[in-house]
Amino acid sequence: MTVLGKLSLSAIPLDQPIPIITSMVLLLVMFGTLALATIKGWWPYLWREWMTTVDHKRIGILYGLLGALMLLRGFADAIMMRTQQAASVGGGTGYLPPEHYNQIFSAHGTIMILFGAMPLVLAFMNFLVPLQLGVRDVAFPTFNAVGFWLTASGALLVNVSLFVGEFARTGWLPYPPLSETGYSPGVGVDYYLWAVQISGIGTLIGGINILTTVLKMRCPGMSYLRMPMFCWTAMASSLLIVAAFPILSATLAMLTLDRYVGWHYFTAEAGGNPMMFVNLVWAWGHPEVYILVLPCFGIFSEIFPTFSGKPLFGYRSMVAATLFICVVSMMVWLHHFFTMGAGGAVNAFFGISSSIIAVGTGVKIYNWIFTMYGGRVRFEVPMLWSMGFIVTFILGGLTGVLLAIPPADFITHNSMFLVAHFHNVIVGGVVFAIFAGLEFWFPKVFGYRLHAGWGKAAFWLAFIGFWVTFTPLYVLGLMGMTRRLQHVDFPEWQPWLLISMAGVAILLAGVICQITQLVVSYHQREALRDTTGDPWDGRSLEWSTTSPPPSFNFAVLPRVESQEAYWRSKQEALAASQAGDAPELEPFEMPRNSAVGFFTAFFAFTFGFAMIWHIWWLAIAALIAAFAGFVIFAWRDTGEFEVSAETIASAEHQRQLARRALMEPKA
Amino acid sequence: MSGVQFPASHEAADRLRNRPDLRAKDPVPALPGTGQGETGPADKRILVSYGFWIYLLSDIVLFSAFFAAFAVQHGASAGGPRMPQIVDVGRAALETGLLLASSYTCMLSFAATHRKNLLWTQIFLAVTGLLGLAFVLLEAQEFFDLAARGITPQRSGMLTAFFGLVGLHGLHVSLGGLWLGTMMAQVQVKGFTTQIVHRLTCFNLFWHTLDIVWIGIFTIVYLMGGAS
Ligand code: HEM
Ligand SMILES: [Cu+2]
Repeated sequence: MTVLGKLSLSAIPLDQPIPIITSMVLLLVMFGTLALATIKGWWPYLWREWMTTVDHKRIGILYGLLGALMLLRGFADAIMMRTQQAASVGGGTGYLPPEHYNQIFSAHGTIMILFGAMPLVLAFMNFLVPLQLGVRDVAFPTFNAVGFWLTASGALLVNVSLFVGEFARTGWLPYPPLSETGYSPGVGVDYYLWAVQISGIGTLIGGINILTTVLKMRCPGMSYLRMPMFCWTAMASSLLIVAAFPILSATLAMLTLDRYVGWHYFTAEAGGNPMMFVNLVWAWGHPEVYILVLPCFGIFSEIFPTFSGKPLFGYRSMVAATLFICVVSMMVWLHHFFTMGAGGAVNAFFGISSSIIAVGTGVKIYNWIFTMYGGRVRFEVPMLWSMGFIVTFILGGLTGVLLAIPPADFITHNSMFLVAHFHNVIVGGVVFAIFAGLEFWFPKVFGYRLHAGWGKAAFWLAFIGFWVTFTPLYVLGLMGMTRRLQHVDFPEWQPWLLISMAGVAILLAGVICQITQLVVSYHQREALRDTTGDPWDGRSLEWSTTSPPPSFNFAVLPRVESQEAYWRSKQEALAASQAGDAPELEPFEMPRNSAVGFFTAFFAFTFGFAMIWHIWWLAIAALIAAFAGFVIFAWRDTGEFEVSAETIASAEHQRQLARRALMEPKA
Repeated sequence: MSGVQFPASHEAADRLRNRPDLRAKDPVPALPGTGQGETGPADKRILVSYGFWIYLLSDIVLFSAFFAAFAVQHGASAGGPRMPQIVDVGRAALETGLLLASSYTCMLSFAATHRKNLLWTQIFLAVTGLLGLAFVLLEAQEFFDLAARGITPQRSGMLTAFFGLVGLHGLHVSLGGLWLGTMMAQVQVKGFTTQIVHRLTCFNLFWHTLDIVWIGIFTIVYLMGGAS
């Protein structure tokens, strides 16, 4: 063994043009950004305000940024896959070597779910939960930062695999024995293992934090049944995180032990049990889908009432449905392997319980529709995404129920039909929600609205592009095309593959509109400024502060007397046409910035990288350094500082101004 | 039966008569600082122990996965040694005794913390640490003995699951020991600041949880596994 373990120059795929060109571009962008920041002298600012921040809103923004970047990266993979398959029909070979294609679909799935969707969902939870609960902070601000930075270092590891070594070729769930050393001797699976393990711990931290926040940190008067729907779903999602992510950690640890020290949890020989991996990984994997989608339901539950000018229909049944889904989703994992010989009775049980989840989801969809019914519906951009979601999700749900019927699953299992189904729910449910939420809360986060025209264009292109991309996949699935094909033997499938590729082009146009929207809005930010703090006529407490909110959210904690707290107080104020008296201000403490998150991530990344390449000394050094860091951090005396009276007063003054702006009749 | 008194019900009835706000149908007024919604956010002490408790639940889920693996694989000896041949119940019982005792001293240290007694806190923490250390050493001895007989996790699925589960617990105890050492140093240097008392609370919860998990391991792996 050398000092650098298995790492050598040959790990860099100099002979393969695509990863090399991509990584060159990435490196250029990265170093360009770093150089720019250095020249412009931004580092002190970045360090003080972002890298060491413990403000839940900023951490939310960081999660959002990370998720958005990774979503783009995953989309680039998707473009490659769709073009490759369309080009490799019959005699064609396409442009990707088979083992590279396998890395791409593995990276695509892993990145989209764990580093794209997951951080984006956590972004909303982090930003919104304390604001909606009317409190100043999350339960564990510093710890929360650690969670984010761990997720980020996992994401960094995945992206490093692009140009140092390789990524797994096993799909986004590395089933053994394929992922065991015998069949995957390279570092690809190790990249997967360490990246997902590290970010999984980060997610667990995030979940514990949000759960404690919702259960123990509500403002005076905010009883459970007055909480906004989003908080309920964030809580349910965090519960699932706490229950499911340790299973993932355990499973990955077992596979790691198999690979690194020759143990036999999942090997095909010596009493290992590959089926155990499948059970364990889906005991996490299925809840994971609901971890992603429940907060998205929460987002829609905030948007429908706001843009219908009505309270959410059936609030209590929504709460019940959320908790019901939360519980049942832990019990249906086996429907992911009906075809693996569990027997009729077991399959029937899991088939029926899976379909029962649809009841909970159905309740929600009816409630959203009834919320619009009789309301004064405004078709703003967030509402478009939400309505697009209902259409898409219903179809995805229906095909899901179809897949939950074991005999039908035997036909569609592992086919493109399945790929179409889960993209139907995950794009329709999660991605649409993310964009809906982005449009909706953007003014709250940054203080100005997004340009509506570009937003509408982005929505329509994405909506149409989505259907053009995935409807052909349903057809192909029924024609018998299986998933993960690097080469397609049947020329009669090509037309469908070409249509699907065209759909991706439309999606790409949508993505471009989305980016344009951000740029245009930034340039017109003065015109789009939100002076009222309440640009959409909102109903929950986050709209009662200024946009963007002060770092401590509320100068005075609100006191809640009903559901839809802000809506009620706003109506009363409007009726009396006065903004209310200035409240009494009292000093309070806020947590200090802390570098601990950033350093934890640094050591975690170093440790992971060292383990992947078997650089043992570096791994040990990273562990020791991490422990030293822990001790030093624990030695710090006070983590808090008192906010000055002037700051509080000026924030309150700003809020009063915003309130008054709101009272004025629109010009 | 005339002489029989019902002090509890009498008192309860009196209480209700005098304090109508305690009647069952009215909610009992929430205590400030407990985070019950009516009262605003909980105070730091409650937050910390609550959050840590949730973390411990997740740790228990982690252990359950390893327990499940053991349950699946405890028969998968692949022609090698089987469970009864590898467990030494005597030693495991001794380990159990040590760990239970350490939990007890840990609790005593906490009682001393509550009375702000630095010396006894430190003494009991030290005893806890030594008992934990003895536990870890015994376990290490067990592993080395087995390895000397050629019984390693690489041998079979069953042994993998055995070493994995027991080893994970041992790892937790060792990390707990590191934490304990850091805590003792902190207590010595800084005394009982609020933060440190919070951390001691968490440490106590952690240590007791490891005890509970060990009881599960002792029962399922050593007693039941050893008998089958
Ligand atoms: C935006 C357009 C997207 C396109 C065109 C697309 C395309 C594809 C294709 C073609 C596959 C199948 C690979 C194969 O079986 O050979 C796939 C797999 C997958 N996609 Fe997507 N995808 C998109 C978005 C997403 C999103 C947003 C997510 C999740 C948030 C996602 C998650 C996954 C997962 C988990 C797999 C399974 C990977 C595997 O087979 O192991 N995709 N995608
Ligand atoms: Cu599922």
